[in-house]
Amino acid sequence: MIEHRDDLASKMGMWLFIFTELLLFGMLFVVYAVYRSMHPEAFKLASEELDVVLGTFNTVILLISSMTVAMSITSIQKGNKKLAMTLLIITLVIAVVFLVNKYFEWGSKFEYGFNPGGEELLQLGHGTILFFGLYFVMTGIHAIHILIGVGLFIYVLLQLRKDKIHQTDYIWLENTGLYWHLVDLIWIFLFPLLYLIH
Amino acid sequence: MSQETTHIVSYKTQIFVLLALLVLTAISVAITRIEMGPFNTAAALLIASIKASIVLAWFMHLKFESRFFTVMVAAVFILFLLVILVTFFDYSYR
Repeated sequence: MIEHRDDLASKMGMWLFIFTELLLFGMLFVVYAVYRSMHPEAFKLASEELDVVLGTFNTVILLISSMTVAMSITSIQKGNKKLAMTLLIITLVIAVVFLVNKYFEWGSKFEYGFNPGGEELLQLGHGTILFFGLYFVMTGIHAIHILIGVGLFIYVLLQLRKDKIHQTDYIWLENTGLYWHLVDLIWIFLFPLLYLIH
Repeated sequence: MSQETTHIVSYKTQIFVLLALLVLTAISVAITRIEMGPFNTAAALLIASIKASIVLAWFMHLKFESRFFTVMVAAVFILFLLVILVTFFDYSYR
């Protein structure tokens, strides 16, 4: 049977999707920029409540996971299925660790009443409420993307095992990689803007 | 459809890219301790942009794809910058 496929078009479709994602987060960054310019001091003080060590740790592991998924594409291009799968499993584990860290991070905020509508938070100023609102929405939407990434990795791993993805047909792995780098790209901007306000 | 020749990025290159990103992250965290007024935010955004460019060029293979992809990505970023510009014109002159 003749196979009909157009990898370049698939990749272009993936990039178009990435653009919609960039604009989604981009608009959140615009909201952030406007409110921060209106409440610079409150944003700075509220930002100091965030855990920089945990944020930095998550940044580092997310960057490592970007490398492992890129390496898994190299492996499959070289025909090394086993290494490609191992690297993808490492990426998957890192994604889960990222989410677990996020769970503890959010958990401690909830504990202190800084959750949206939380008692402690509502007693603070307008700027602080806005900062934490943006913090939860932006890291929340980002975390949903990580969760979707986990699902994609599991799917790609199963396809790799069944040899549906192989040395000459790996567009699923490539597009999943592109998606994962997008998640990393967004975090690269979220991290300094939320955790590192001076 | 026949496959176009693909560029394979070596493992070594990818390790170097990761190291560059980690160094930039360390710099980004370190400079928050230095008082530079409004330049702190500018520096943070500059470093983030450099990191983003590295991810786009190597991990997302833009460096090795046809130029069409790079042009599209650049167009989206220009659109985004225009939105920021227009928004701030609006807020500054209310």
